[in-house]
Amino acid sequence: MQTNILELEHLAKSFGKKRVLADINLTVIPGEIIGLIGPSGAGKSTVIKIALGMEVATNGTAKIFQKEMPNRQLLSDIGYMAQTDALYMSLTGYENLHFFGVMKGLKASKLASAIEYVAAVVNLTADLNRRVVEYSGGMMRRLSLAIALLGDPQLLILDEPTVGIDPALRQQIWAELGRIKMTGRSILITTHVMDEAELVDRVALLLDGTVMAFDTPQKLKQLYQVDSVEKVFLKAEGVETCES
Amino acid sequence: MRIIAIIERILKELFRDKRTLALMFIAPILVMLLMSVIFNTNSVTNVTVGTVGVSSKVTNEIKKIKHVHLKTYQTQEKAKHALTKQKIDAVIKQNGHNYHIMYANTDATKTAKVKLAFQNALTISNVKALKQALSKSTQANTQLKAQILALEQKVTQQKVKKQKAAQSPQSQKAAKISNTYVYGDHNTGYYDKILPILMSFFVFFFVFLISGMALLKERTSGTLNRLLATPVKRSVIIFGYMLSYGILAVIQTILIVLIVVWLLDIEVVGSMIAVVIMNLLLALVALAFGILLSTFANSEFQMMQFIPLVIVPQIFFSGLVPLDTMPTWIKALSYLIPLKYSGEAINGIILHGTSIFDLGFEITMLLLFLVILTSLNIWGLRRYRKV
Repeated sequence: MQTNILELEHLAKSFGKKRVLADINLTVIPGEIIGLIGPSGAGKSTVIKIALGMEVATNGTAKIFQKEMPNRQLLSDIGYMAQTDALYMSLTGYENLHFFGVMKGLKASKLASAIEYVAAVVNLTADLNRRVVEYSGGMMRRLSLAIALLGDPQLLILDEPTVGIDPALRQQIWAELGRIKMTGRSILITTHVMDEAELVDRVALLLDGTVMAFDTPQKLKQLYQVDSVEKVFLKAEGVETCES
Repeated sequence: MRIIAIIERILKELFRDKRTLALMFIAPILVMLLMSVIFNTNSVTNVTVGTVGVSSKVTNEIKKIKHVHLKTYQTQEKAKHALTKQKIDAVIKQNGHNYHIMYANTDATKTAKVKLAFQNALTISNVKALKQALSKSTQANTQLKAQILALEQKVTQQKVKKQKAAQSPQSQKAAKISNTYVYGDHNTGYYDKILPILMSFFVFFFVFLISGMALLKERTSGTLNRLLATPVKRSVIIFGYMLSYGILAVIQTILIVLIVVWLLDIEVVGSMIAVVIMNLLLALVALAFGILLSTFANSEFQMMQFIPLVIVPQIFFSGLVPLDTMPTWIKALSYLIPLKYSGEAINGIILHGTSIFDLGFEITMLLLFLVILTSLNIWGLRRYRKV
C-alpha cells in the first residue's frame, strides 16, 4: 500500500457559527502534485492552515507523514509559501533565506549550499545581496518560493504561488515544480488559474466546504463532459457556461 | 540556535530603520531637554499689582518684594480696565482701614504670589508702625521715668540704664534664617521631582510603542505565519523579541539616565546602577505589554488607539500626583499600574537614596507583571499556531 504524505479525513471546521469546511477528504501520495481549486472563500486557505497545524479542525483528522497534526517537529520537513510574500523588507534576499533556513532547523554546515541551491532554482543568485525593498513583485515571489524550497522538504504547500508573476517566470516555476515531483516529493498547491490546474496530477475541487470532485484533470473533464478544468469548475459551481 | 537568529534579525531590521532608532534615542532626550528648559525658567513668577488709594507705607513695602511690580492707579475703574486688559494681575484697593484685592486669577501661582506679597508687605508695614509707636511710647516712658528717677537717687538710675542696654541690641538685631536642604539646593524645583518619573515614563512609552508595532508588522506582513510554519517554538519567538528589544532598552535606559543625571544636573542620592536596573525592569514590562496589546490591534492606527486608553492613565499613577489623598478605589486601581511601582522605586532611589535591596516589593511586583505578561504572550501566539 502506498504511504500517504498528506491525509485529510472528514475534516470539518467552523469559526464560531460560521461553517467553513464541512467534510474534506484528501490524500497526497509521494511524487505527485495536487491542485486545490475553488472559488474565493471556499476554504482553501483553511485547509492549508489545518494541514500545517495553525488551526485545529473541529472534526476529523489531518495527518502528515502518517502523523497527526498539529505537530511542531514535522514542520521542518514541510515547505510553506503563503499568499502574501511574507518577507523581511529591510533585509537582503540572502538574510531572509538565512533566517528562515535557521528557523527550519537547517544545520549551519548545510545552510550556505542550501541557500545557493534554492537561489539558483528561482534565478535570484545575482540579486541575493540586495535588500528586498528594492525587489520587483516577481522577484519577491521567487524569493518567497525559494524560502519554501529550503531544506528539500518532502511536502511543499504552496498557496497561490504564481499570483502576479509574468508568464515566462510562471513557466519556469512550474518546470521546477515538475523537477521536484520527479525526485519523489509531493506538492499541494492552491490556485485559481485554471490552465495551471491542467498541469497537476490530480485536482481537488473545493466547493461549499466539501471536495466535490478529486481526480485527474482528464477524468474530471470526462466526468463533467467538458473540455477544460475551467468548465469543470464552472459546471460544478452551477454557473451556466456559454456553449460556443 | 534559533533564538540568536531571531535576535540578530530583529536588531538588523531595527538598525536599518533610522527613523525608529531616532524615535527611541533622540526623541526622549529632546523632549526632556525641552521640558527642563521650560520648567526651570517658569519657576520664577513675575506679577504686576495695581493699587488704588493704598497708603505709601504699604506700597513701598510691596515694591521691595522681588518679582513684584507696582502700578498706581487714580480710580478703581482704570485699575479694573488694566486688569481686564491683562496688564496687571491684581488690584489692591484700600477702604479706610480695610483692603480689597481683586485677582485676575487666570494663573493660580500668580494669585498665590500676590496674596503672599501683599500679606508680607502689610505685616512689615504694620510691624514698622508698631515699632515706631513702641519707640515713641518707650521714649515717652523713659523720659517720664527719667524725670521720676531724677527725683530719686542715682542707684536706681543705673538700673534703668542696664535695662535699656539690654533692650536696645535685641530690637536692632533682625533674626537671620539660614537654609539647608536634605535633597538638592535652593534651585530644586518641581521639575526635579517629576524628572525621575518622566524618565521612566519615556522608557515605558517608547519601548511599548516600538515593540508593539514590530510584532504587529510581523503579523500583518505574514512573516509571523511563515515563522510559525517552521518548527520554531512559540516561546522562542517571544523570548527572541524580549531579548532583542531588551538589548535596545538597556542602551536607551542608560542613555536617558545619563542625560538626566549629567546634562540636566539632577542629584541622585542613591545608586545610579539601581536607577538603570529599575528602568530596565520597567522597559521589559513595557515590552511584554506592547507585544500583548499588539495582538488586539489589526493595524498601526489601532495600536495608536491604545495610547490614550492604556498609556496616558498610567501617568497619573506614576507618582506625579501624590496617591495617598486619593479615593480608595483609585488607590486600589493603582496596584495594577506598573509605572506606580517603578515610579515609587526610582523616586526613592533618586530623592531619598533608597537601596535597591530595600525595594523588594516593587521589584517583585514588576517581575510578576513581566512573568504574567510574557506567559500571556506565549499563550497568545496559539491564535496563530495551535502547537
